[in-house]
Amino acid sequence: MAATGRLSLPAARPFRVRLGPVISVRIMIIIAVLAGWEALAASGLLYRDVVPSLVAIGGALFTTLRDPTFYFHLGTTAYEIGIAILIGGLSGLAVGIALGGSRFLSRAYEAYLYYLGPCPKIIFFPIMIMWFGVGPGSKVAMGAISCFFPVALNAAGGMREIDKVLIRVGRSFRANTWQMVSKIYLPAMRHPVINGVRLGLGVALIGTLLAETKLSNRGIGFLVIQAYSIFNMPQMYALLIILFVISIGANSLIGRIGGLESIKRS
Amino acid sequence: MTAAALAKNRYAPAALGVISILVSIGVIETFIRIGLINRFIVPMPSDIIAAFPRVIVEEHVLQRFLLTAGEAFSACILVTIFGVAGGVLLHRYHLLRLATETWVAAIAAAPLVLMYPLYLVIFGRSAVTIVMMGFTAGLAPIILKTLEGLSGTRRVLIDVGKSFNLTRSQQFWKILFPAALPTIFVGLRLGLIFALINIVGIEFLINFGGLGQLINELAERYDLPGTYAAICFVILVSICVFIIMERLERWLRPAD
Repeated sequence: MAATGRLSLPAARPFRVRLGPVISVRIMIIIAVLAGWEALAASGLLYRDVVPSLVAIGGALFTTLRDPTFYFHLGTTAYEIGIAILIGGLSGLAVGIALGGSRFLSRAYEAYLYYLGPCPKIIFFPIMIMWFGVGPGSKVAMGAISCFFPVALNAAGGMREIDKVLIRVGRSFRANTWQMVSKIYLPAMRHPVINGVRLGLGVALIGTLLAETKLSNRGIGFLVIQAYSIFNMPQMYALLIILFVISIGANSLIGRIGGLESIKRS
Repeated sequence: MTAAALAKNRYAPAALGVISILVSIGVIETFIRIGLINRFIVPMPSDIIAAFPRVIVEEHVLQRFLLTAGEAFSACILVTIFGVAGGVLLHRYHLLRLATETWVAAIAAAPLVLMYPLYLVIFGRSAVTIVMMGFTAGLAPIILKTLEGLSGTRRVLIDVGKSFNLTRSQQFWKILFPAALPTIFVGLRLGLIFALINIVGIEFLINFGGLGQLINELAERYDLPGTYAAICFVILVSICVFIIMERLERWLRPAD
């Protein structure tokens, strides 16, 4: 008969999660910030509700994310930003290719783009209202103007960096303009263009949302300014958190899709 | 002159740029005069040019400019002090840098200007809100560029400092900081531009302060030539500031 010995298990070790020092520091910073926030909320040093408790902000975040009207406003803003990027991005790309492809045109016009690019675009909003009305049109226009400059400047820079051999190969195959753009220029300048779109997305988002806060009756910008006007601070914090998460997420997603992370690593 | 000769001419491209703008202005003026463009939506360029002296004198542009410049200066001082100090701190404590550098980069990419309603609640509708908004927008680029500059100091320079038995403070002031200055200046220029953009933008949005408020006021009065003139004025001022900053950066940058 086979001996039935006792199943011997290795000595049980106490369960311990080993955190790296970086993660530990991050966790400590987060805990310190949250504790400081909660202490400030409870202290009454600032006006009441200016710094609401984390529970109130979490509750507002939960309520906002469950509210169907929030998704209507989110959809409106996403639509405006999407159209703005399409218009501003494509026109910026066309202008960038034209400027980058011709030294003469670049010297004639690029300085204007370079210096107009960093100007505060929101000051054009009164003009956009007159041209496109108070509806989504003026917000799309604000986003498109904001997006145009980084895309155009990056595309022009990228165009100049294309290996001349590639261009000569395209010409030797007698490629027409469209084939040159789609087969040679765009694939070769993919990284600067994606980088331009990434920058363009950030500024289009700012342009559109600021325009919504100034004059609108829909969109996330409108919700933020509405929360301000009725002094619903937890909701304002919740909306800002959602906005930051979306914008940082979209930024990093475009970077990953365009392979910018791999460039940085290399 | 042939096309090839024109392309090689030093002044031809710049002349083409200026001529194109003048022709565009002339075309718009003509279209408005013949009624192709509604003059109640787009004022005539001649009216806009004529509105410049009125806007400058009647709307106290100089005082407004000084107010905006004062706000920008205050924000610049704040971002320079806290930005450079933040960069030095992250460089000094490596673990802290590893833990927070990506956060700072994420903050730099976040649409921080949308926090202005929050700042309105905290600081009120005042110049403090505008200055703090400029400070918030300009801080992250300066921290990141200071860090980049300090980290990019050549190893041989640091070793020279060590061979001279320099103290930590001497090592910083004699080696690290001078070596990082060119990159810090790039960060300062970026940060100051971000601050300036946000300051004018917030002035416009909250209808308070200098040049940004001027545009808002004129637009609310439906003074179209005045609004366009004020926008052109702000753009010209912005361009002048950017050019000055660029020149200053080149001037201050030590020879590589």
